[in-house]
Amino acid sequence: MQIIRDRAIVDDDYVHVPDGVEPTPGQRPIVTLARLGKETEALLARFPVLGVRVPSDKLPSEIPALDRLALIAIELPRFTDGRGYSVARMLRDRHGFRGELRAVGNVLRDQLRYLERCGFNAFELTPGKPLESALEAFGEFSVTYQAAADDQRPLYRRR
Amino acid sequence: MYQYDEYDRRIILERAQQFRGQVSRRLAGEITEDEFKPLRLQNGLYRQLHAYMLRVAIPYGLLSSRQVRKLAYIARTYDKGYGHLTTRQNIQYNWPRLVDVPSILDELASVEMHAVQTSGNCVRNITADHFAGIARDELEDPRPYCEILRQWSTFHPEFAFLPRKFKIAVTGAPGEDRAAVRFHDIGLRIVENAAGERGFEVLVGGGLGRTPLIGEVIREFLPKRLLLSYIESILRVYNLHGRRDNKFKARIKILVTALGIEEFRRRVEEDWEASRTPELELPDHEIARVAAFFAPPPYEDLPPDDRALGLTLGRDRELGHWLRNNIVAHKVPGYSAVVISVKKPAIPPGDVSDTQLDAIADIADRYSFGQVVVTHTQNLVLPDVKTSELPRLHAELCALDLGDANAGKLTDIITCPGLDYCDLANARSIPIGLEIAERFDRIDYLNDVGDVSIKISGCINACGHHHVGNIGILGIDKRGVEFYQLMLGGSPGNDASIGKILGRALAQDEIVDAVEKVLGRYLAIRESPDERFIDAVRRVGFAPFQEAVYGSAGSSDAGGD
Repeated sequence: MQIIRDRAIVDDDYVHVPDGVEPTPGQRPIVTLARLGKETEALLARFPVLGVRVPSDKLPSEIPALDRLALIAIELPRFTDGRGYSVARMLRDRHGFRGELRAVGNVLRDQLRYLERCGFNAFELTPGKPLESALEAFGEFSVTYQAAADDQRPLYRRR
Repeated sequence: MYQYDEYDRRIILERAQQFRGQVSRRLAGEITEDEFKPLRLQNGLYRQLHAYMLRVAIPYGLLSSRQVRKLAYIARTYDKGYGHLTTRQNIQYNWPRLVDVPSILDELASVEMHAVQTSGNCVRNITADHFAGIARDELEDPRPYCEILRQWSTFHPEFAFLPRKFKIAVTGAPGEDRAAVRFHDIGLRIVENAAGERGFEVLVGGGLGRTPLIGEVIREFLPKRLLLSYIESILRVYNLHGRRDNKFKARIKILVTALGIEEFRRRVEEDWEASRTPELELPDHEIARVAAFFAPPPYEDLPPDDRALGLTLGRDRELGHWLRNNIVAHKVPGYSAVVISVKKPAIPPGDVSDTQLDAIADIADRYSFGQVVVTHTQNLVLPDVKTSELPRLHAELCALDLGDANAGKLTDIITCPGLDYCDLANARSIPIGLEIAERFDRIDYLNDVGDVSIKISGCINACGHHHVGNIGILGIDKRGVEFYQLMLGGSPGNDASIGKILGRALAQDEIVDAVEKVLGRYLAIRESPDERFIDAVRRVGFAPFQEAVYGSAGSSDAGGD
């Protein structure tokens, strides 16, 4: 599967592993938050590059060992559900998470820039949506007013 | 007024371009209507009963004559020759074609206007006291803070998909709240603390709609420099914890009520401590930069009163009524603020034609430094008119059919679009407003009844703000027939109160009679002509009015005070 990472289309080198399925050695698994909670140390020992998939109603404080995770995937169940934007900002600004922050679920072209400004750097678009033209979304605006995860200075500090 | 610089201009032009792309992708079928809906909503484009409706933002209601002319041009070119002033100081067009909307946005951008975030579940147009900058009772002009908030909220990446819409209002007048800040998601009042510093009293969780609530104080004094960081924390707590399972329970007021103001405040302060950075603090130079755009116009030194005016007054009765009802005292001697009432029998409240808009632009240039303000009562204000020129101005307005002396009076009605335009409505509201306007269209009666507000909504979403009308009318549907509930006692200002239902709902042919009976009873029981309608209702309670409308005080099934 292809995803957008750092504004480029790349092959996904992670695998979503549902509960009940065992990740295989050498994989970069993305496990559920529930599983990570139960098997934190065992998973981290076996998989040096580990990701977790977080439902939209969870806060960063509910993610165990987040400073040792390589990837956090935040679910956007519907693209009108904006909780993930705040969670992403908190992860980047407050918890200092520097790994891959990936938007999964109902992810559409016209949200990409807002998501990126909140700290997401990877995107699994809703199946069937073209990736190539979605890249154009990143270039639609050349100025922003607010401070966000991409720039801590509001425009009034740059004007 | 605020002038765009290169940054502001680029943002609005790029937005117009972005929306052009979204429309063409929609027309090409690349995105579904469901996917397009939130995109068009964030750009003020609704789909109503008969057509699309485009709502254009008028930040804090302020317009230059150049912008008014552009609005007239759009009404003429892309609509049916009129626009509709809204209760949030915006203007909306009821008949644009989807394919034309990108061109309308280009036209708007050419005069530093846009339709950004005039709908959708995001931070909406920031509103203000319509006498901002000129009111005698004002501590400080709120508009620089509105503009700072406008820029902060424009395309804020974190708060574009809130649980529900979010409305912020600001007032700088401690004495009289003309911005209804207690009925907004966030209300800001400029206040002074014991040390003489200026800051904001912050209210949260007010609103109308299905669950009318008066906002509560979350912070008594917020220093100006912390405005944006504190508001971000309120928004973040709401974004994370506001309900998303039921759109009728999704406004911040429901969250504040569910948690209680203490717990809500604790969560906001906790987030604030963790998130505020020095960069987010508003520097004095930024406040000064924006405030400079709102510097007073070059007023002349004029004597405080005008004898000539007194002489004219004696001769011209109509002028006298207008001067009494539509003129507001100005903080600068020799100047007055003028309310242009667009409320007339046979015209839906808030509708203005392209020719009227063009004429108002010319009048603003000649009489009021080229500025016009839209009020949340759906009228227009010329903020800076020389008092000595009022008679001449009145004559010009009369020639345009805009000289009515009913500002703040019975026929200065607020209505939502109602079932005539809106697919949410249960009942028509405009025809009821028109019937009231016609029934009471006698200036002596209006003056006798005095200051009273009538607000009409066609459904419980309350776009006509019926809960805060001294007299509120709510359209409901009873087995397919339009009925109307009559409410008394609402007020949007410092004495904020929510109206209560007087009694059983009334049929369409009963409701205006009932209003007349209520007013008749008021005239009979008031202690003096100085006792306003709302004060009389508060003093005597509902019983006399129930008796007047329903025959006996006990026959109501819902009311009571």
